[in-house]
Amino acid sequence: MKDNNQDGPPRTTPIQSATFSNPINAEIRRAAATGIYDIRGGGAKRKLPHFDDLLFLGASMSRYPLEGYREKCDTSVTLGTRFAKNPIHLDIPVTIAGMSFGALSGPAKEALGRGATLAGTSTTTGDGGMTQEERGHSNKLVYQYLPSRYGMNPNDLRKADAIEVVVGQGAKPGGGGMLLGQKISDRVAEMRNLPKGIDQRSACRHPDWTGPDDLEIKILELREITGWKVPIYIKVGGARPYFDTTLAVKAGADVVVLDGMQGGTAATQDVFIEHVGQPILACIREAVRALQDLDMHREVQLIVSGGVRTGADVAKCMALGADAVAIGTAALIALGDNDPRWEDEYQKLGTTAGAYDDWHEGQDPAGITTQDPELMARFDPIEGGRRLNNYLKVMTLEAQTIARACGKNHLHNLEPEDLCALTMEAAAMAKIPLAGTDWYPGKPGTSY
Amino acid sequence: MQTFDLEAEGLRALNETLHAQADNTNQTKWEIVNPRGSHAIAVGLDAPIEVNVKGSTGYYCAGMNQQATVNVHGSAGPGVAENMMSGTVVIEGDASQYAGATGHGGTLVIKGNASSRCGISMKGIDIVVHGNIGHMSAFMAQSGNLVVCGDAGDALGDSIYEARLFVRGSVKSLGADCIEKEMRPEHLEILTELLERGDCDAKPEEFKRYGSARTLYNFNIDNAY
Ligand SMILES: Cc1cc2nc3c(=O)[nH]c(=O)nc-3n(C[C@H](O)[C@H](O)[C@H](O)COP(=O)(O)O)c2cc1C
Repeated sequence: MKDNNQDGPPRTTPIQSATFSNPINAEIRRAAATGIYDIRGGGAKRKLPHFDDLLFLGASMSRYPLEGYREKCDTSVTLGTRFAKNPIHLDIPVTIAGMSFGALSGPAKEALGRGATLAGTSTTTGDGGMTQEERGHSNKLVYQYLPSRYGMNPNDLRKADAIEVVVGQGAKPGGGGMLLGQKISDRVAEMRNLPKGIDQRSACRHPDWTGPDDLEIKILELREITGWKVPIYIKVGGARPYFDTTLAVKAGADVVVLDGMQGGTAATQDVFIEHVGQPILACIREAVRALQDLDMHREVQLIVSGGVRTGADVAKCMALGADAVAIGTAALIALGDNDPRWEDEYQKLGTTAGAYDDWHEGQDPAGITTQDPELMARFDPIEGGRRLNNYLKVMTLEAQTIARACGKNHLHNLEPEDLCALTMEAAAMAKIPLAGTDWYPGKPGTSY
Repeated sequence: MQTFDLEAEGLRALNETLHAQADNTNQTKWEIVNPRGSHAIAVGLDAPIEVNVKGSTGYYCAGMNQQATVNVHGSAGPGVAENMMSGTVVIEGDASQYAGATGHGGTLVIKGNASSRCGISMKGIDIVVHGNIGHMSAFMAQSGNLVVCGDAGDALGDSIYEARLFVRGSVKSLGADCIEKEMRPEHLEILTELLERGDCDAKPEEFKRYGSARTLYNFNIDNAY
């Protein structure tokens, strides 16, 4: 092939290395200039095997569909039936994941509470404790019990409708939290008993227990303090889902929350987000298998998260055996995070709508992941709540549409047999037959 | 004085009974017999009552205490008075790991020794230990005071924030960002009061003070550009 160098001898076209790609080289230069790793919010950005790699089969000669808008397709779920006197009843199986006050503004937390309440679901506190706004506007509020114990106190514990002991998060299994000084306003500092303006690290390990045997006793203490009334969840990152689920059940969990590597975070090292943990697709069946082996499937409920975006994702989680899902990033987007209407300002921050992830810097143009009073004032919690409710409604309708097409009168009746996989990877991870075959890699009794 | 036999009546009944005591209760003095190392004894109390545990306790005795005074006439297992908000907890014997962990307020007195991670992540609690403390004590300690009349183990005050540490004996090693600090008159005053509260006759002048060098407060970034 002739090169386009018209004058001299033919030359090779410059080739960009796939290994030393532009983004990698830029990161090497950035590291060399600053001496600190990249910290950011959000979840894994790399392409991963995900729910898009699964499809529903729908009804056929052997399965009757339900009538689209007419026939009942229940979406309710009850969480915490194992030990709690007062399990949580939700109208829809989409819950709002724990996101800290500090990472999010007070009005953003309020909007999450408003939207979740309108939609008949629960919302969750986060690292940094419970705010008035949030408790006041959330009909069902899950109180996180985290290693940092920032803002942790028994009065708030008793106000909670459930307690979530956070062992790990999908974005950073084995890692703690981080809140940089820019976001430590007076209010945040006071709630966390720390000086204003310093970079806060949240511990990665609980200060007063190690291992599942200790956790069992910790849970006994929490139940004694709250009179055995509210469910206790255990949240784990997607690391070793079979064993983590088994041990969580052994430790006395009412509910296991499993967060895959796509799960968002307020802030952590990019290297952690992109290189530690397993995609949620690979975790769900293993967690369900653990529950089944213990005869606890549906007795201890399973909530899964990490990149849940649509009603189709919800339906796929249900079909793989989850009882409910949790959303973080998607809820923020529904509130207005990364909205192109702020494109000019994203550009000024050196980014673009959809890619903005420096939530820890507190300069969020949308006024959601900030403690800056001026930016916060841009965000209307009532409008935010309305938008979140709408989005949750659409997700639910979408999931119902799929369930009816599969002939199911409850989302929980969706099953693995309703699915096929588009790729070998997804087939192996989700233990779902590859489309057009009755086989997936690792299927018992087969050899390939 | 009300007596409660833990072995006969069980943990749930114990905590339920103690939780039922309101601010104006006249049943202000309780004695718990046969604790036999049970976990979660007298947790989540929130009334100005006095609870005397006649024996040793398991994990998390007096956890999240508010207002109450809890005396353990024996030794305490891990996490005694964890996340205490107010009130007083006194251990006549020794305390296991994580004593006073994440405590926000109140006073914890340990008449014997405390094991590792004493005062870990403390957030305002005052802890007075008559004996020694183990390694990694006051890790990430945010605020409050830790007084040690004996010696401290390895890595004292690692990643400490604003808590004050007073140690009379030796310190095996200091953790990252923890340094010895000058004992000024205001600190002697604080210490005198703490020793008094902790029923301890050690002399304030014999103590050294340790705290944060504050070099880990912000990420160290090379701002040459
Ligand atoms: C801004 C933000 C803050 C978060 N804060 C917490 C937290 O305080 N505690 C926690 O357990 N998880 C936290 N998470 C993780 C979420 O609870 C959840 O696991 C995750 O967002 C789910 O994945 P998704 O974002 O893809 O929906 C946070 C996530 C985001 C996006």
